[in-house]
Amino acid sequence: MASRNDVATSPIAGEIHRDNARIEISGLTKRFLTPAGEVFTALQGVSFTVEPGQFCAVVGPTGCGKSTTLGMVSGLDRPSEGSVKVGGREVDGITDGVSFMFQADALLPWKTVLGNVLMGPIFRGVPKQQAQASARDWLRRVGLTGFEDRYPHQLSGGMRKRVAMAAALINEPKILIMDEPFGALDVQTKAIMSTELLGLWEQIRPSVIFITHDLDEAVALADRVVVMTSSPGSVKAVFDIDLPRPRGSVQEIRFQPRFIELQHQIWETLREEVERAYARTAGGTA
Amino acid sequence: MSTTSTPSAAPVTGNGQASAAAAAKRAARRRIALVWAGRLGLAAVVLGGWQAFTTWGIVDPFFFGQPSGIWKRLIDLFQHGTEFGSFYQNIWTTIQEALVGFAAGAVTGVVFGVALGQSRFLSDVLGPYIKMVNAIPRIVLGSIFIVAFGIGVTPKILLAAVLVFFIVFFNAFQGVREVDRNILANAKVLGASQLQIIRHVIVPSALTWIIASLHSAFGFAIVGALVGEVLGAQSGLGLVIKTAQNNFDPNGVFATMFVIAVIVLGAEWLIGKLEHRLLSWRPPSPSEANLL
Repeated sequence: MASRNDVATSPIAGEIHRDNARIEISGLTKRFLTPAGEVFTALQGVSFTVEPGQFCAVVGPTGCGKSTTLGMVSGLDRPSEGSVKVGGREVDGITDGVSFMFQADALLPWKTVLGNVLMGPIFRGVPKQQAQASARDWLRRVGLTGFEDRYPHQLSGGMRKRVAMAAALINEPKILIMDEPFGALDVQTKAIMSTELLGLWEQIRPSVIFITHDLDEAVALADRVVVMTSSPGSVKAVFDIDLPRPRGSVQEIRFQPRFIELQHQIWETLREEVERAYARTAGGTA
Repeated sequence: MSTTSTPSAAPVTGNGQASAAAAAKRAARRRIALVWAGRLGLAAVVLGGWQAFTTWGIVDPFFFGQPSGIWKRLIDLFQHGTEFGSFYQNIWTTIQEALVGFAAGAVTGVVFGVALGQSRFLSDVLGPYIKMVNAIPRIVLGSIFIVAFGIGVTPKILLAAVLVFFIVFFNAFQGVREVDRNILANAKVLGASQLQIIRHVIVPSALTWIIASLHSAFGFAIVGALVGEVLGAQSGLGLVIKTAQNNFDPNGVFATMFVIAVIVLGAEWLIGKLEHRLLSWRPPSPSEANLL
């Protein structure tokens, strides 16, 4: 995979590119003021590192501040304490070379498929012709040739995700942030999309932070799984996934003994948190 | 018809489908014919009743006009004009005032709406004032404009623009506030500048709201122009109406009203065309799909 990277750029540039992509999150704390005037701590001292080109999944019960963490990595939000460093530099304003993928579509409904994928390069000031050529190339890579002139509402959920993927990857980001990107898809489509994501990721190899509540998905895709506790969110454990790459089909990998072993191990840690979070919400409503 | 199509619907054959489609088409045609019959019937009842009651003397045509009289007066207006220039000239004056006022009000409304929708500070500062001005019965501003700018077209344009501004402004403001947070965050992360965000994300998103407001806004532009003319003018349909009123000529008022209605319907149609063009990306709404 590294060799693929080096084909595109010179080895030295490739090295710089890779070093730039390390994400160090240290002592991250985020507090909000609730409408009632109380201080709510969403995150408390979250620390973990994503190595350059690493695929890191973050799992945890709902409301553990996973999305809040992402907002601070991308620079959309500021931490109350602690810091996020990308490539050794502290995040201050929108982080350069980041792409986002959300659970809900972030596609512009008034632009065609091609127009949506074009946005990344256009925002960076790439000339229109060049941007169009690369948008067409990315649409080909995600298997949407022939759909350039459709509007998002004319596509299926899976196709819209492919467009979002092309739009996120066209800038060849060094960091890809995904917030439950496939959460709204049915199980089969989700598996197909995950496999395709892995294939594309291996081509440009950005560092990935992938939020999910689906442990199977996390283990199947990631090199590292971060388990978070809830309210306030903090890191409970970090697991390294040593399943060999390329992993191929996400559906197949689920039957490997090592996968099951890892999955079981992480679930033991996660279960306690999920139960605690559930008990709290159940108690809150009762 | 229904008796032949119902039994053949059970087995799914090409023949059955074809006859079902034909039956559906026939039903649709029948419905359209029925709707039109209803519409024409209603018009006949209202206009015929009006004509009959005035002819029989139950209602006095001197005060309430008479359809046949209105029609005669309309032809007379077009043929012989008014004492202050041809009827066409007067129509053109009003259209001009309404159009310019509409354009000025819509543009400033969009600009202010987008600016205030974008900036929390601006909206906090200006918000109460805009609400206050909105609470004033703005028609009264017409008198001030006439005093300040004389009886030319300027005060009418201003009045029309003020009326249009508030409608478009509130819609544009709301439209900007409703922009999807994810889409905004995504554009920011992709490296969009503030101007690019406005152009590619905020304005297209608010356009649904803005266009919807334009429909009612043109009606208000005409109201502004007419009221301005009634208050004081040398030309225009408002003046024609006022003169007709002073001459105890209800037929003249109704005839002019009819012309105004045609103008507004024409403008509405054009705005509908514009809407269709600008919002072609929208999925067809269920009601539109039903009409097909």
